Amino acid sequence: MSAEYRFNHKHIISIDDFSVADINFILQTAESLKEISTRSIKKVPTLRGKTIINLFFEPSTRTRLSFEVAAKRMSADTFNISASTSSATKGETLIDTAKNLQAMQPDAIIIRHSSSGVPNLLRRHVQASIINAGDGTHQHPSQALLDMMTVREKKGRLDGLKIAIIGDIAHSRVAHSNIMGFSKMGADVHVCGPNTMLPAGLEGMGATRQTSVAKAVFDADVIMALRIQKERQRDPLIPSLREYASVFGINRAMADLAKPDALIMHPGPINRGVEMSPDVADGSQSVILEQVTNGVAVRMALLYLVLGGD
Amino acid sequence: MGTTHPILLENGRIIDPLNGTDRVGNLLLVDGVCRSVGSLDQLPMGVERIDLSSKWVMPGLIDMHVHLREPGEEYKESIASGTAAAAAGGFTAVACMPNTRPVLDSESTVSFVVSRAEGASARVYPVGAISKESHGEQLAEFGEMQRAGAVAFTDDGRPVISSQMMRRALEYASNFDVPIISHCEEITLSRNGSMHEGTVSTRLGLGGIPGAAEEIMVYRDLALAELTGHRIHLAHISTGESVSLIRRAKARGCRVTAETTAHYFTLTEEAVGLYDTCAKMNPPLRTSADVEAIIVGLQDGTLDAIASDHAPHSEMEKELEFDQAANGIIGLETSVPLALRLVQAGRLTVARLVEVMSVNPAKILGVPGGSLADGAVADVTVIDPERKFIYSKESVVSKSKNSPFLEWPFIGQAVMTIIGGRIVLRR
Repeated sequence: MSAEYRFNHKHIISIDDFSVADINFILQTAESLKEISTRSIKKVPTLRGKTIINLFFEPSTRTRLSFEVAAKRMSADTFNISASTSSATKGETLIDTAKNLQAMQPDAIIIRHSSSGVPNLLRRHVQASIINAGDGTHQHPSQALLDMMTVREKKGRLDGLKIAIIGDIAHSRVAHSNIMGFSKMGADVHVCGPNTMLPAGLEGMGATRQTSVAKAVFDADVIMALRIQKERQRDPLIPSLREYASVFGINRAMADLAKPDALIMHPGPINRGVEMSPDVADGSQSVILEQVTNGVAVRMALLYLVLGGD
Repeated sequence: MGTTHPILLENGRIIDPLNGTDRVGNLLLVDGVCRSVGSLDQLPMGVERIDLSSKWVMPGLIDMHVHLREPGEEYKESIASGTAAAAAGGFTAVACMPNTRPVLDSESTVSFVVSRAEGASARVYPVGAISKESHGEQLAEFGEMQRAGAVAFTDDGRPVISSQMMRRALEYASNFDVPIISHCEEITLSRNGSMHEGTVSTRLGLGGIPGAAEEIMVYRDLALAELTGHRIHLAHISTGESVSLIRRAKARGCRVTAETTAHYFTLTEEAVGLYDTCAKMNPPLRTSADVEAIIVGLQDGTLDAIASDHAPHSEMEKELEFDQAANGIIGLETSVPLALRLVQAGRLTVARLVEVMSVNPAKILGVPGGSLADGAVADVTVIDPERKFIYSKESVVSKSKNSPFLEWPFIGQAVMTIIGGRIVLRR
C-alpha cells in the first residue's frame, strides 16, 4: 500500500463506492483489530464519546448485535431503535425520523431498511456518517467485507479464486455486494440458482451465470449458499422448498465437486436441509462461524475508519 | 375569454404544416380567429402590431396527456396552476386525465372541470373515465360525459385489465366517435417493479419492470382495435418494441394513434442515478436503444404525438424510499424545450414538431386547432428558437417541482401563448 493512501469515505453504503485499495485497507484494519476480541478485557478507548445509533427497520439479530458488539469494543455509546416501516402510515416519514435522530447529534447511524436506496436518501438529510447494514435488495457491504476477510484469511488472497454463489441472487443484497466485491478483488465469481432468481444484468456486476449448480461449484475455492426465503414460493419463483433442496441445495456430493480445501460459507441464518445440508454446514470445510467472528472485526474497522479519524 | 383587440404578428416564420406553409410573413388575429393579411394599409382599427422577427409562429400547441389533479389533490396542482404552467410552456390547450378524486366518471364531475376551466390560461379538454371510478368493472356514461365536454375516455393511471371491458369500451365509444386512450400495462409483470428491468435495476436492487409489461398490452389493444374496427390511442409509449408493434399495425390499416413523452426520447434508466425519485415514472425510463426507436417512431409517423404526461407530486410523495415514491414527473414547461433539442440535433423537423404537438393532438381529440388557415381558431404559440434559459426550481410555474430536468440549460422556449386571440403568456 502506498504511503499516500488515505481512507476517504464518510459513509459505508455500497461496495461499488470502494476501490481495491480501499477494500484492502479495510480488511487490513479489520485484521489488526480482530485481536482485541481475543483479549480478556475486550475494549479499547478508540471511539470513546462517539454516539452510534442502530436504526433497524427490519428484524435482525446477528447484524445488529455484531455492530453493537463492534461499537462497544471500541467504547462508543450505542442506541438501538427498532422502527417499523409502517411508521410511515402513522404519519412520520423516514426523513422526519432521520432528522429527529440527527437533532440528537449522533456520529453515525447504522441503518437497515427493506427499501433499496434508503442509505442514499438518509445521507442527503443528516450530517452523521451512514453505515448501510442492508437496504432492500441493494447492498450489504459489511457482510461482503467480512466474507472477503474470511476468504483472504484462509486462502491468503482473493485474486484468481473461483467463488460460487448459489441461490436467490435477485433478492439477495449479500450476493450483490459479494459479486461486486470479489470480482473487484480479482476473483472469478460464478452464480447459479433457479433462473427465476437470477436477475438481468448480472454480467455487468462481474458475475458469470451458470445453468447448473455442478458447473458453478466445479473446482471452486469457495461455495457460498444464500438463504432461501420461504415466502418466495408464492411469487412464484420456485415450486417448493423440497425441489429447491434437491436441485439447488449444497449437499456433500455437490460440495465434493469443488476443490478439496474449498471453503463452505453462508451469511446466515441457515435453513438447514434447504440451501445446505447439515453435514456440509457443520463439516470441516465450513467457515460459517468464523464469518460471524470476522463480522465484528470488520464492523470495528468500518466504525473506526469513518469515525476515528478526528 | 374576455374581449380582445386585433393583433398583427409580423415578420415571424409561420410554420403551419397542415396548410403546407413555412414562410416568413404576417398573421392577423381578429375576433378570435386567424386572418390572412392582405395589405398592411387595411389593418383593422386598434390593431396591436407585434414584431416577431426570428421567431417561430405556429398553431397553438396541444398537450393531450396532462394530470391537473383538480378535483381532490389541489395541493399538487389545480386547473388554474396547471393551465398557467401550460401557457408558460407554450401550450394553448391540454387534455386532462380523469384520475382525480373523485374520478371524472360522470357528467357532473366533467362539468365541474369545464366550469373551473373558464378563464383559465389554457383550454382544458376533460378526458372521462372508461369505467366507473376507473375500477374496470362497469362502463362509465360516455354519452353524458361527452355532452358535458369530455373529448376522450381512459382509465389512465392504471390499465383496463379485462380485455372484454376494453372491447366493450371501444365498441361503445364508436357510437360517439371519441377515442379510447389506453394505458398499456400488464400489471402482473410490473407490480413489483419501480424502474426498468435491467443492469441498472439489478445494481440498485430495485424491482424491475420489463418492456414486455407494456408491449403485451400494446399488442392486446391493437388486436382489439382491429377486432372492433374502432380507433384507439395508446398513451405514453416507452419501448422500441411497442413502436414496432404500432408500425406494423398501422401498415395493416389498424386505426391506432400513439403518443410518447419528452422524457422517453431524452432520458434512459441511467437517470435514476442514486435513487432519484424524479426519474421514477410509469412506464419507466428505458434503454438507449428504446430512446432511439422512439425518436425514429416520431420521425416516420408511427408515433403521432408528443405529450407530457405532466404528473405533479409534492415532496410528500417524492422525498421517500424509491419503491414507496409516487410515479410521475411534471412536463408542461419542459416538453417544448426538449422537443427543440431534437430539432437542434437534426432528428426532427420543425414542421414535424408542429404536427406531433399541435396538428395531430387536435385531430385525435377532435378539437379546434392545429391550423393557422384563414378562419381557424386564433390559438397560436410563438417560439424563440434562440432563447437560452435554465429550468430552475424557482422558475417552475407548476405547483409541484418534481422534474428530472431542473437546472438543465435549454435553448429555445415559448415566448408567447395566445388563446382565441388573447395573449396569455408573453416573455
